[in-house]
Amino acid sequence: MERIYMDNAATTRVTEPVMEAMQPYFCEIFGNPMSVHSFGRESRKAVENARRQVATALGAQPNEIYFTGCGTESDNWAVRGAAYANLKKGRHIITTQIEHHAILHTCEQLEKEGFEVTYLPVDEFGIVRMDALAKAIRPDTTLISVMAANNEIGTIQPIEEIAKIAKEKGILFHTDAVQAIGSIAFDVKAMGIDMLSLSGHKFHAPKGVGALYVRNGVKLQRLINGGAQERTQRAGTENLASIVGLGKAIELATANIAAHNTQLSLVRDRLIDRILTEIPYTRLNGHRTQRLPGNCNISFQFIEGESLLLSLDIKGIAASSGSACTSGSLDPSHVLLAIGLPHEIAHGSLRLSLSEENTLDQADKVVDALKEIVARLRSMSPLYDEFLQQSSAE
Amino acid sequence: MYTEQVMDHFMNPRNVGEIEDASGVGTVGNAKCGDIMKIYIKVENDVIVDVKFKTFGCGAAIATSSRATEMVMGKTIDEALKVTNKMVADSLGGLPPVKMHCSVLAEEALHAAIQDYKDRLEKGEKPEADPESEEIKYV
Repeated sequence: MERIYMDNAATTRVTEPVMEAMQPYFCEIFGNPMSVHSFGRESRKAVENARRQVATALGAQPNEIYFTGCGTESDNWAVRGAAYANLKKGRHIITTQIEHHAILHTCEQLEKEGFEVTYLPVDEFGIVRMDALAKAIRPDTTLISVMAANNEIGTIQPIEEIAKIAKEKGILFHTDAVQAIGSIAFDVKAMGIDMLSLSGHKFHAPKGVGALYVRNGVKLQRLINGGAQERTQRAGTENLASIVGLGKAIELATANIAAHNTQLSLVRDRLIDRILTEIPYTRLNGHRTQRLPGNCNISFQFIEGESLLLSLDIKGIAASSGSACTSGSLDPSHVLLAIGLPHEIAHGSLRLSLSEENTLDQADKVVDALKEIVARLRSMSPLYDEFLQQSSAE
Repeated sequence: MYTEQVMDHFMNPRNVGEIEDASGVGTVGNAKCGDIMKIYIKVENDVIVDVKFKTFGCGAAIATSSRATEMVMGKTIDEALKVTNKMVADSLGGLPPVKMHCSVLAEEALHAAIQDYKDRLEKGEKPEADPESEEIKYV
């Protein structure tokens, strides 16, 4: 059975060129980059080369790039670090209702520690409400953190506009760009971004390595204390091979973003168009055009997301869902609720997320499988019966 | 995360459907929480001679509904009432802890169907299904 992987927003595979770049850094080149000897120096050289690759991809200076353990650490560090480094100015932070939990749970923890947080609402497409942002800004606001693109529904946020407002008001601007690298071209200087989080495994680097861009001049409190790594700002022996992989992967991911986007959106649009026309009672979540080229998020009425995922999995198709059953809580995805979906529609959501390796043929196979699965699950659903009875009564 | 038995019942659910002239119908759960189970029973001489279900929910919800209907088919009302959520879960080789509530729903849907049957008997009604009059029990 051909397996089809359409869960690239969860993680991607390490591609061969990335693996090849990393290969020497396990058995042959292994010195601690902090060591003064030749073993250490050759490792140091590799780390600094990767730092340059990340900086180039973002339009930053190499000394503005800090390697971290993951995107979550980058987010935690940016928000918590900025909050505590700016206590003199105030204790107010602005973010959105649709951020990743790495941001939201950090903010909730900060609230317990005496900070105030405003969670901006979004419109029905998941775009942050700019009028709400203007109203939320206070003299004691120290940080605005808005994701570049949403991980669930793929909505792309107007971060340049937000960065501009932040700058005018003298507020730091952080963006979680974990899902956006390789799909949105970043030039942090031109875009006015003070901090940017990224995660390697979302663009074919291995898991367990991320980075945070911190504009020169921005002060952050340290999150991890210890040795003098990362210019004393992030302790811990460098994850050498993974950092090398991250450098290579971001270079590849940003080499031709336009071609990448054209290719992915072709497959994405095949999925969206066919599902919406061939399967009744479906809706696209997120914005039709202001969305990541690899994101397709659809709600199937009258069925529940996990049973959809299990059925797809049996057919070798990997996807994800915003249903409560897959979130580990009683509520469905906070993002789907924030865009105004009723719970029962949010429970029936499916996210298909693409990489360059997905083809139109795969999209067709997925839609064909979905048609069969959705019909089967609906035939078992009391909600569907109820709906049919109501519509025949009308 | 699911056992083979759960996956088997999920993929090949037993007793899916409705009973037109059911003796009792029980519906539990709600769409907001992502689980609704509806169980129909047909009772003759105190014996469940037919049972069907429809479920909106996750894999465990569908599998436990299916297994619960299988376990009470042919049983007397009293025997059926002794089928607990734990028995349903155990007979499926266990459920992940976060999914145990699905087996509770299956037990509750069954009990609600039996209660509906008993209520109709008490009222002296001919125990037949009237899908319009049921109330959804929220849990």
